[in-house]
Amino acid sequence: MEAADTTALPSGKKPMSKNAALGLMLICTVLSAIGQILIKMGANTLGAHASPLAMLSNVPLVAGYGLYGIMTVLFIFALRDQELSILFPIISLSYVWVAGLSVWAFHDHLNAPRVAGIAIIIAGVFVLGKEGHK
Amino acid sequence: MLLVLWASFIGSFGAVFLKAGSGKLHGGIKYLFLNWRLALGVALFLGSSYFFVLGIRQGELSVLYPLVSLSYVWALLWSRIFFKEPFTKRKIYGLLLILIGITFVGLGKR
Repeated sequence: MEAADTTALPSGKKPMSKNAALGLMLICTVLSAIGQILIKMGANTLGAHASPLAMLSNVPLVAGYGLYGIMTVLFIFALRDQELSILFPIISLSYVWVAGLSVWAFHDHLNAPRVAGIAIIIAGVFVLGKEGHK
Repeated sequence: MLLVLWASFIGSFGAVFLKAGSGKLHGGIKYLFLNWRLALGVALFLGSSYFFVLGIRQGELSVLYPLVSLSYVWALLWSRIFFKEPFTKRKIYGLLLILIGITFVGLGKR
C-alpha cells in the first residue's frame, strides 16, 4: 500500500498503468469489505439509540470508517489516469469479499444464489478489467 | 425503493466528482483536502449511504441490491457525457454480469 501511494503522489507526469490502477482497485475493494465488516461489528455492539459519543468511542466502527477513508484516497489515485466507467463497477468486488468475510465473522451461510452471484460478479469484473488493454 | 434509487443516483455523482477532482491533483497529499471536487464527491457518497440506510429499512434486499448497483449504470452514462469515455461492448457486458451477480447475491440474502 505504501509503495502504491508514493508512486501515485508525485506531480502526475508519469501516468499510472492500467494494471497498477486495477491492483489499487483490488486493494480498495478489500479495504472496503473489511471496513463494512468492522462497521457491522461495531453496530452490533451498539444499541438502537446509541449516543454520538458511544459511536465515536466504538473502536470497530471508527476503524471501519477509517478504512473507508483510506479506500477513497486510493480510489482517487486510481481514477486519475484511468476511466471511471471501468474502475467504478469494479468496486462491486467488495460484495465478494464481504460475503466471504461474513461467513467467518458472523457465521453467515453461503447458499446457492449467493455463490452464483459471487461467481457472476467476478466474471463481470474480469470482462471490465480486460477493457482497453493495449 | 425510491430512497435507494435516489441513493444510487447521488452515489454516481459522487464518483463523477472524485474523477473530476482526481485530474486536478498536483503536488501532494495535502491537496486532497483542499480540492472542492473531491470534497463534494465524498459528501455525495456520504449522502448516498445515508439514503441507502434509510431505504433498506423497508423493503426486500433482493430488489434493493440491484437498485443500488444502478449507480454503476448512471456512472457509465456520466462518464461518457462528462469525460468522453466511450461505451464499449466490453463495458456493457461486464456491467450486465455485475448487475446480474449482485441481484443473485441479494436473492441469497433473504
